[in-house]
Amino acid sequence: MYTEKKLAENIKVFVMFAFVPLLAFLTVKVIPFAIGVTMTFTDWNGVASSFQFKGFENYIAAFRDAEFWHSMLFTVRYVVCSVVLTNVIAFALALLVSSGVKGQNAFRLGFFTPNLIGGIILGFIWQFIFSRVLVYVGKEAAWDLFANSWLAQPDKAFWALVIVGVWQTSGYMMLIYIAGLTGIPGSLLEAAGLDGASKWQQLIRIKIPLMVPAFTISLFLTLQKSFMVYDTNLSLTQGGPYRSTELIAMHVYNEAFLYQRYGSGQAKAVILFIIVALIAVIQVRAMKRLEVRS
Amino acid sequence: MRRKKSLKQTGLFALACILAVVYMFPFVLIVLNSFKSRLNVVANPLGLPKSFSFDNYSGAFKTMSFGTAVVNSLTVTVVSIVLIIVFSSMLAYFLVRWNWKINNFILLMMVCAMIIPFQALMIPFVSIYGKLGVLNSKWALSYFYLGFGLSMATFMYHGFIKGVPLELEEAARIDGASKYRVFWKVVFPLLMPITTTIAILDVLWIWNDFLLPSLILTDKDARTLPLSTFYFFGQYTSDYGSAMAALVLSIVPIIVFYLLMQKHVIKGVMDGAVK
Repeated sequence: MYTEKKLAENIKVFVMFAFVPLLAFLTVKVIPFAIGVTMTFTDWNGVASSFQFKGFENYIAAFRDAEFWHSMLFTVRYVVCSVVLTNVIAFALALLVSSGVKGQNAFRLGFFTPNLIGGIILGFIWQFIFSRVLVYVGKEAAWDLFANSWLAQPDKAFWALVIVGVWQTSGYMMLIYIAGLTGIPGSLLEAAGLDGASKWQQLIRIKIPLMVPAFTISLFLTLQKSFMVYDTNLSLTQGGPYRSTELIAMHVYNEAFLYQRYGSGQAKAVILFIIVALIAVIQVRAMKRLEVRS
Repeated sequence: MRRKKSLKQTGLFALACILAVVYMFPFVLIVLNSFKSRLNVVANPLGLPKSFSFDNYSGAFKTMSFGTAVVNSLTVTVVSIVLIIVFSSMLAYFLVRWNWKINNFILLMMVCAMIIPFQALMIPFVSIYGKLGVLNSKWALSYFYLGFGLSMATFMYHGFIKGVPLELEEAARIDGASKYRVFWKVVFPLLMPITTTIAILDVLWIWNDFLLPSLILTDKDARTLPLSTFYFFGQYTSDYGSAMAALVLSIVPIIVFYLLMQKHVIKGVMDGAVK
């Protein structure tokens, strides 16, 4: 630890090491956030120089908006499905590519590839697949499931979004699970094997309990990511057909920039923040308790 | 026993191969179709191209100003990451090495701020910075990335610097080096592993980011690669061959990066998650 005796020295150290980053932090995150929260209690349109306080009007408007509830429920459904599927598949992939299978490094590289590419591009690729390739397959093979584009039907467009999300993120979470698996001491598994524990028992009794930290991280990341999905939503379905597949991030964007309702748009964004923060706190607490127990 | 084991290995290998084909198939499809004419794509999107013509590519390359977009993306990504690394490492060093009462509070604030979704900031962001007239500037965008990327990088550096023994610095300080020099000459080189991790994670984020640049860079010439792909695809959706060529083009740079840096990327993501 360093301590400076003179005030001037203290100021010098602060300016040298901390001033620019703290300024960036304040101007990019803290101030916009503070203004954003203020905006929700006023009728400010973001440009006018004067505004009036409106109390909770923006929040009430947000809660009364049926589209908002629809989008919120749609998002929750999306989050549940994609978090579960992503983690199950990622964990299975991790087990597969650390089982000593031939060429496992190449497989790891391959499964991770979709993560390198932006959601906008991935969404466009799948838009082509869903609206062209699968429809072609459906027609040629007389396969009713694909006879019409999934993107034109709300319930199937939902699964299209889930499939793309899972395909994109499972490789990333796979790496987190691999890191967790390699952290398990081999001697422990060997001892269990000598005691006659089957591979399945080793998985359930040793590997999974010891990997709780990896599950915590992966669940945290998938929850946050899937709540915030915007790019693939925009390029895959554009929220359509008829705004039926608008995830909450896109709903907030449209409310503000398409319909120019800044106040209620920002109120919805703050509600989103509160939900995400609550989930994060609850989830990390619950997982910490699990970690201690095992 | 051995026979059973090798049979199981073959089975696992086959399973991995099938999954790999499933994961890679979308990319194969767009490459295949990028060489076809519109009619051929419509007639059979699964068929092989009849001839290898690069017309789609040269058309897409020009219309989406591929060169400009790549240069823009490179500039923004490199400048932002240099800013993030320089300033987060210095801030983290300050937070660890100087025992100010406020330091723990600063770190806590930064960790809390990581959870704020971009959607909660973007509306005020556009109104404040739109008014200040800094839109369309790549440098302003890089500064914003510094602000957004700072919290996580500082947090990661903080954990790492705590483990750097103070004795290493004391020797240099006795020799009369300034605090600034001690940091850059003695401490920073030791941070290399975590610096690589941060750089990798930030490349994947900034290179592919869409929403922030779409709000800041409204000018056509300022567009980054995801933006120019987005506008190109929107305009040429039904010209499938060209649209696929544009997608392939926009994927190529990051794939080249991946092939060159594969070990670092995989390791970076694993290390980044653990911290």
